[in-house]
Parts: sequence; structure tokens; C-alpha cells
Amino acid sequence: MEYVSPEGLRLDGRRPMEMRQIRGEIGVVDKADGSAVFEMGNTKVIAAVYGPREVQNRSQQMNDRALVRCEYTMANFSTGDRMRKPKGDRRSTEISLVIRQTMEACIMTHLMPRTQIDIFVQVLQADGGTRSACINAATLALSDAGIPMRDLVTSCSAGYLNSTPLLDLNYVEDSAGGADVTLGIMPKLDKVTLLQMDAKLPLDIFENVMQLAIEGCKAVATYIREVLLENTKQLEYRRGT
Amino acid sequence: MKDLQLSLNQTQKVRLQRALEKLESLASKANSNASVTVADSIPVNYEDGLLKGHGTSEVNGEVVATVCGVVERVNKLVYVRSLRARYKPEVGDIIVGRVIEVAPKRWRVEINYSHDAVLMLSSMNLPDGIQRRRTALDELNMRSIFEENDVICAEVRGFQHDGLHLQARSQKYGKLGRGQLLTVPSYLVKRRKQHFHHLENYGIDLILGCNGFIWVGEHVEVTDDMLVDHKSEQHDTKADKSSISPEDQEKNYTPQQTRENICRTANAIRALSTLGFSITVEVIMETVDLSSSINVAIHEMLGAEFCVLVAEKEAVRRSMTKKK
Repeated sequence: MEYVSPEGLRLDGRRPMEMRQIRGEIGVVDKADGSAVFEMGNTKVIAAVYGPREVQNRSQQMNDRALVRCEYTMANFSTGDRMRKPKGDRRSTEISLVIRQTMEACIMTHLMPRTQIDIFVQVLQADGGTRSACINAATLALSDAGIPMRDLVTSCSAGYLNSTPLLDLNYVEDSAGGADVTLGIMPKLDKVTLLQMDAKLPLDIFENVMQLAIEGCKAVATYIREVLLENTKQLEYRRGT
Repeated sequence: MKDLQLSLNQTQKVRLQRALEKLESLASKANSNASVTVADSIPVNYEDGLLKGHGTSEVNGEVVATVCGVVERVNKLVYVRSLRARYKPEVGDIIVGRVIEVAPKRWRVEINYSHDAVLMLSSMNLPDGIQRRRTALDELNMRSIFEENDVICAEVRGFQHDGLHLQARSQKYGKLGRGQLLTVPSYLVKRRKQHFHHLENYGIDLILGCNGFIWVGEHVEVTDDMLVDHKSEQHDTKADKSSISPEDQEKNYTPQQTRENICRTANAIRALSTLGFSITVEVIMETVDLSSSINVAIHEMLGAEFCVLVAEKEAVRRSMTKKK
């Protein structure tokens, strides 16, 4: 199948190096300490953060740092075919773990000993790149909750189809069977916290694809930064002196 | 910013926009460009010496914010005051909390802090007002003072090895009943001299807890401890009175007028908190007066129209104080 037309357009009309439209919104869950909705094209994810709070299970309490937990779920209505998925299937357990590890790397857990931070992410609409969208939503929600972090983690995916590197794959491109690289970086520190790839790529092509993903992550970071700054300014001036 | 979960029509949207813009223009004169987000570098002058405070860290010789907030500078100290974070206790803060567990010699209290607070049996006055050692019998009767899910008011005593300790050594502290507990973000409540307010014309008590828990309830007469101690001969009669009066109060129920006042005040606070305005007793009272002066029903105070009115009123109020 042809994923990049001779004119250089993808199935949804984007250029190979073009991202889908992104949108982030803060403060969507009333009772949570921090919450956000993040959209990448048709992928839409909601994240809620609770904590730092008292550890629920005393045996998991750590005396030198905070416990970070993450739960990833997909709403039944998020995909085209409505399927009742059992809770805790392999895919969601794996993604929960991935998100947890990525976020734990950026949270300054040593500042909040003997506490627990819960991150709940739910996919409302799935159209490829849910992992990236979840990480971006979680970052927004954590900053909204006022949890100290080393840097904002942002994530973006890239792939390689029809011998072209593509940025931000959608569902059709994702399921095409080509390589799919999901990358999470800390843009300020210039460090990689997450790198996943299925299928294989020659090393020189991989470097190109990864470079593309890094560019994507940085674009997301710029946007997230804008959203957060606007939010902080609003909160401050509304509060007044 | 949280978009208001209200359905505004076109004119209301425009009016709200205008009011908020006015607020922005008033605020921006005071301090601009002080807002930072996570991983923004903070410009500092190294020659004057530097102390890094909360919400900052050093990366490659650069001071970097670790939370979203406003940069504050006090002499050498540079720190980021975070908004919308959990409550950070300070000694002497007056807080409202909810008892979640009765443990040996102590109650555990949820106060919107990252840990549960502890109220020791020994750090609160007994209902009979006598100063003495707490016996095993007192410990067994702890549930007669506070039970699980009771809302209480106390003061932050300090940090001990096992966490944050509270104290309630005055009659004004203790169990709260016949009213509403509201939770607002803790950055909206400023620390002030007075956190207990008796609104005489409405017959209600208002407690603005520093932790963002606000109590609105029917007014209860406080029998001052110290006074009781001084008048030792009157002590017996007074003690008798106070032992009867709770039961009496249980019987006579809150008049409807008071209950309406409680709801009106509570809704005024809710409206202010959804708009993100700082919550002080003056602003609350102005909002309540505004609602009763234009005859808004209590349930309509949570609607779009009133919200817009409050925003406009706040804009006017702040520009007035600015002029002074």
C-alpha cells in the first residue's frame, strides 16, 4: 500500500515531516490535584494526578522518596470497534509501566519522601500515538499539580514507511507494519528518557528517524510551555494581590 | 486556566473576557514577566551571592525552576512561589480538616497536605476544660470528642518526628457542626491575623482555613476558657451550662433564614473559587451583598450570569483600590 503519494502527501494529507494539530488544556478534572487533556490530531487523552498524598499501602512506602504509580486505560469507545477489554491486559500494563518510568525520571521524588503520586491516564479517542499523547498529558497534569520536576518530558513518535521517515504516525500508518519509534525527551536537559521501537531499521536510517522524532518532541515542548505559562499568568493575575 | 464549566452565551462571554482583561491590565503593572514554568531558567545576579529556595534547582550553573509559579526574591533568596499546589503548613496556621482515623492517643486529620496531620489527645483541651493528665479512660472516650469524618478546626503546632502535629488548645477550636465545608485551592486563602469571622447580620460563622478548607456554619457562642478559669466560683454553673447547651442546641434546629444565609455565603465562595479570585472575608461579603441586592436566588449564584457579575465587580473593586 502506498502511504506517501508521489506528490509527497500522506494519507491524511500531511507532509512527511508534519505533525498533527496538538492541543492541550489544563484543569479539566475538578477534584484532582492536577489534570489535563491532550490532543494530537484525533488522538485524545485525559490525565489526572493525585498527590503527593499519604501512601495507601504502608508496605510500599519509601523513606527517601515518593512512590509514583500510573494507570493507563483505554475507554471502550475510544477505538472503531467497541470492544470490552479486560482491565489489566498486557498492553495496558506495559504502557502503564512505560509512562510510570518516564515520569518518575523527571519528578524530583526525593523532595517528597513517604508520599505517593498517582497518575491516571485514559485514552478517549485512539488514532495512533496514544503512548506519546499520554506522556504529554501526564506532563501537563503533573505541572498543574505543582509537583517539582527536573524538566518537562515530552514525547512524539516517528516511523519509516515507503522509504520515507514520517513524523507522528496515525493509526493507519502505525498498523502498516513499518518501524515505529516512540521517543520521550527532556528538552532542556537534552536527555532521552524513553525510546521504544518495534520492527527493525538500519542504523543510518534510524538516526534520521530519531532526529525527526526529537524535532517533534521539541515542537511539543514549545507548545506545552506556552500552555503552562499562559495558565500560570492567568492564575496569578486572577488571584490579584 | 481552567475554562469555566459554564455555558455562557455570547454577551456573557464578551463581558467576562472584558472583566478578565481589565484584571490582567491591573495586575501586569505590579509584576510582569515573573511567571515561570518548569525548566525555565531564572535570571540571577551571581555577584550579589545567591540562595536557592523552594522550586529551584541548579543545572549547568543556571538556576532553573522546577515548578510553575511566580519568582520571588527576598534579599539573596530566590524561590518560586507555586500556585495550585497542595497546602504547605506553617506553624500557627489555622486549618480546617477532617478526621479520618482514631488511633491510639491521636486522631489522624486530612488537611490537604501531602501527609496526614496528627492531633494528639494531649494537645487539645478536654470538653470539661480541666487541665490534667490524660488517662486511659480519656483514651477510651476519644470517640466522644471526635469521630471519623468529623470536621474539626485546629492550629498547626509544628513538625515532629512522626509528621505534622496540630493543637486545639482553645474553645474556638474543635468540632464543627451544622454548616458546610468547602474546599478551594489553598493559594486563594491568604494568611492573615484573623481567620475566624462571625458575620453578625447573618448569624453565621466563617472559618477560612489556611489549607483551603473553608467552613461556613451557624454561629455558636464561644465560652472562653481563660474567662472560665478566672471566675472559678462561677466555674461550676458555667460548666453545667455548657454541658447542657449542646443537647439543647441539638434539639432546637437551625432556622431556615440562617440555613439560607449559609448556602448563600457558601455559593459566593464557590463562585469566587471557580473564577480563581483570592478569598477574603471582605470579598465574600461583597459577593453575598451583591447577590442579595439584585435578588439572585441561591441556586442561581452558581450560574453563568452571576459569575460574570462577580468578575465585573471584582474588576471595579481592584481598580478602586489601585486608585487609592
